[in-house]
Amino acid sequence: MTDDEGPDGGVLGAALDRREDPSLLTGEAKYTDDITHDGMLHMSVVRCPYGHAKVERVDASEAEAHEDVELVLTPEDLAESDLPGTLESIGMMVPKENWPMEAGPAEMFLPDYPLLAGDRALHQGHPVAVVVATDRYVANDATELVDVEYERLDAVANPAEATEDDAPALYEGAPDNVIFDWELGDPEAVDEAFESADHTVDIELEHPRVIPDAIEPRATIADFDPLTEKLTVEMTSQNPHHHRLWLSNTLDYPEHKIRIVAPEVGGGFGVKIHHYPEEALTSWCSMELERPVKWVQKRSEAHMTDAHARGHVTEASMALDDDGTILGLQADTHAALGAYVSTHAPLIPTGSYGMMLPGPFDVPAMRVNVIGTFTNTSPVDAYRGAGQPEATFVIQRLLEMAARDLDIDSAEIRRRNFIPPEEFPYAETVGNMVYDSGDYEKTLEKALEIADYDQYRQRQKELRDEDRYVGIGIASFVELTGLGPSKPGVPGPLPTFHESSLIRFHPSGTVTAYSGTADQGQGHKTAFAQVVAEELGVPYEDVEVIQGDTDQVPQGTGAFASRSAVVGGNAMAKSAEKIVEKATKIAAHQFEADEDDVVFEDGEFSIKGAPERSISMAEIAHEAHQANAIPDGMEPGLDATTFFDPDAPTIPFGSQVCIVEVDPESGEIDFLEYVAVDDCGEQINPQIVKGQIHGGIAQGLGPALFEEGKYDDNASLVSGTLMDYALPKANQLPDYDVECTVTPSPTNELGLKGIGEAGTIPAPTALVNAVVDALEPFGVDHVELPATPEKVWRAVEKGGEQ
Amino acid sequence: MPVNRRGAALAPANRYNDPYQALTTNIITAFSLLLHVTAQNTTTVDVTVNGSEHELEVEPRTLLVHALREELGYTGPKVGCESTLCGACTVRLDGDVVKSCTVLAVQADGAEIQTVEGLGDDDELHPIQRSFQEEHGLQCGYCTPGMLLSTASFLEENPDPTREEIREALEGNICRCTGYHNIVNAVEEAADKLATEEAR
Repeated sequence: MTDDEGPDGGVLGAALDRREDPSLLTGEAKYTDDITHDGMLHMSVVRCPYGHAKVERVDASEAEAHEDVELVLTPEDLAESDLPGTLESIGMMVPKENWPMEAGPAEMFLPDYPLLAGDRALHQGHPVAVVVATDRYVANDATELVDVEYERLDAVANPAEATEDDAPALYEGAPDNVIFDWELGDPEAVDEAFESADHTVDIELEHPRVIPDAIEPRATIADFDPLTEKLTVEMTSQNPHHHRLWLSNTLDYPEHKIRIVAPEVGGGFGVKIHHYPEEALTSWCSMELERPVKWVQKRSEAHMTDAHARGHVTEASMALDDDGTILGLQADTHAALGAYVSTHAPLIPTGSYGMMLPGPFDVPAMRVNVIGTFTNTSPVDAYRGAGQPEATFVIQRLLEMAARDLDIDSAEIRRRNFIPPEEFPYAETVGNMVYDSGDYEKTLEKALEIADYDQYRQRQKELRDEDRYVGIGIASFVELTGLGPSKPGVPGPLPTFHESSLIRFHPSGTVTAYSGTADQGQGHKTAFAQVVAEELGVPYEDVEVIQGDTDQVPQGTGAFASRSAVVGGNAMAKSAEKIVEKATKIAAHQFEADEDDVVFEDGEFSIKGAPERSISMAEIAHEAHQANAIPDGMEPGLDATTFFDPDAPTIPFGSQVCIVEVDPESGEIDFLEYVAVDDCGEQINPQIVKGQIHGGIAQGLGPALFEEGKYDDNASLVSGTLMDYALPKANQLPDYDVECTVTPSPTNELGLKGIGEAGTIPAPTALVNAVVDALEPFGVDHVELPATPEKVWRAVEKGGEQ
Repeated sequence: MPVNRRGAALAPANRYNDPYQALTTNIITAFSLLLHVTAQNTTTVDVTVNGSEHELEVEPRTLLVHALREELGYTGPKVGCESTLCGACTVRLDGDVVKSCTVLAVQADGAEIQTVEGLGDDDELHPIQRSFQEEHGLQCGYCTPGMLLSTASFLEENPDPTREEIREALEGNICRCTGYHNIVNAVEEAADKLATEEAR
């Protein structure tokens, strides 16, 4: 098998170089901010500088008087406009009576999310007015000319403090700032488990707020054409069709008159899924001025207004018997959702966190309570891993503590609790989920072998005698990917998470394939072309892939929840299957043979047993476009469209082993080994898979080491720039040793599982487990995230006292 | 001159033809933005970009990255943080690696600038670009132009680096997608390629 060949000798599964790269490497690729249009204007946003404030007065007269300012829009203008005035995506995502999936309903308080804060601004950075000018610099200058009078109010940023009696209330209708109070599991069974257990461990922890920080900031160019009444919006979107529908509602403008184009997008990781005020404001300005209007976010705006992630305060405990078998697990979590409920926000701490708490382990009794709270912060929503890094951290910190108490090896306690391979498909009882396939121990064993675990355990002992502190951290995980099956839900206002594909043969025999998902660097054009070429038996070079344009792609959902390969890829395969079906009929007609006697292999049709006479797929494509050459009653052309809704999610899994040396004097952490063994079923392109795992690990290690979105007591963002929010640099991260096992998913034809988020989920846990293990001689039993040198040093100083 | 859809001519950005309007603007600007240079003053900057000479009329406050992107159409350098920290805007100025988001265009007067557009030929990728593709050293591509130029400069200074040296050399360029592992591989591969191709 070479890089150009997959396991079966075809292009599917081959580690091809990406076709996207030449234009990215030469600067030819156009991201949103690289695009200009004739007559284009620039929008800049006036934002509330405070965490919580009454907006007393907005005076735009001075800005309006500026000769290069074309338009200023204030809350008053919004109130007088025909726009609903709020972001209309939230109720669509989360129908109150049905979320999250089968986990049981909960009451939820859903406030309006105003495009401009007219009455109160509830978090720093909320838009108060927008200015449009002929030039980017002037637009920015002119925001300073908008005079806004604020009365500052008390603010709260911590999700647990938000529910206390003396906390400022964000909304009258939400007592104690509670958005929802959600409970899952069986409290009685948990009580029994804890009463009968030989041993219990408990922990209080915070999973800090994280700022996603795609390197390309969010950007929008809206271009309203008054003659055709078409609004074209080029924007940084992970899900253009969702954005079209949301924008249609927010602008109260017909969906078919809106075209969303996602040009090259510079990373997403979740932050470019959601519906934000700025894309609607840019559109509104363009419609008012009938000219193209561009808005490009500044990094400081990204930190203040992009949806953040994590932000949990948790108390959890675990009951085990003497041999380390888990008997019960319970967790009480306060999850910050921010000042407004963002698009997918309620699903993350419930469906993605609460339901996923057991991870890869057999947990016979579980109870989780999640209180989603309003805080005076940027909204919190899905970001790489989405709830699952938090879940993994809770259960595997507890497991690690238990292992130490019971004097069981870290690897061994996991072996004793893994769901065994013979149990699959495994019906998980807490959230009624079915885990499709797995061999969890295999990934752990392989990771231990690569890391040379036994040797390091020995070495660890020896080095301690030299006052050197090496620690080994293990984290195994599962992930909910490939969203999603719609059947567990009930019909709601938003389309379900199916995915579309359209494959079109041209008369010359080449192919254009359209996918409803979208790319932010994953390499979809390469991967989907591999699927299409393999399934149709045409050369890879003959397949062009189109996505990210709602006027070209019939329908779509988008890239999130590690779903593009699983749902988008299988949608492609299904369209290919339909094409082969029709092409077989045409071939039979050409052969004057029975359809059942025609075989299709390696792109050639022939009659069974007579391979010497064959017709290629490209030739059939030509015939299909000759209406007089095909069977009577058959439509000419060779196209197929699929809307694929999977029957079940896919559950990839894996194990990471992190080996570090910690300097107790300085609190510094040095990486010695970083091993990840992942299983995402079959792979379309192993090179892309490994790249996803690498990037995922880095985004898990960042918040493990030093990334933290911090607000002060006034809910002012302290980590407002890249100076204060530490994204990991090349010299701060280790090399990764990544291997894969292959356990195909039985839920889809290609056998795939998602891989985009897998690296991120266990990484914080693996790192903290390693640091705590290193510092065992000092009595350290936990280090809070991020494990900065200061925190590590303090943990050493406090030792067993903490 | 740009026109809008109705055919009306639009004033180009940053030009103040009417002295009275310019004066008004200046007064407003001066009072509200003490730190900013008045918009009336433009200055001439001569730069050579990827071998082509250009004469630019820019406000003194114009950042080099905006002059390159918006005045000259070299959109290879990207804006990521406006504060020197992310490195997406990295270009070479008289051979040195600089973050063009914190260099003024006027500071580049008389300089030779290289952007990613000047790295390879039109029809052939530079060995560094090929290495990044082969080693999957890029995903979304947004940091890539800066990463490539930092690599080019670094390998001139250190043609046979260790992995650790590569990581140190690239600490001014943040990549959020790759986790750096494949970037380090790509730089190693580029060093090999450059050595082999030079030896030929």
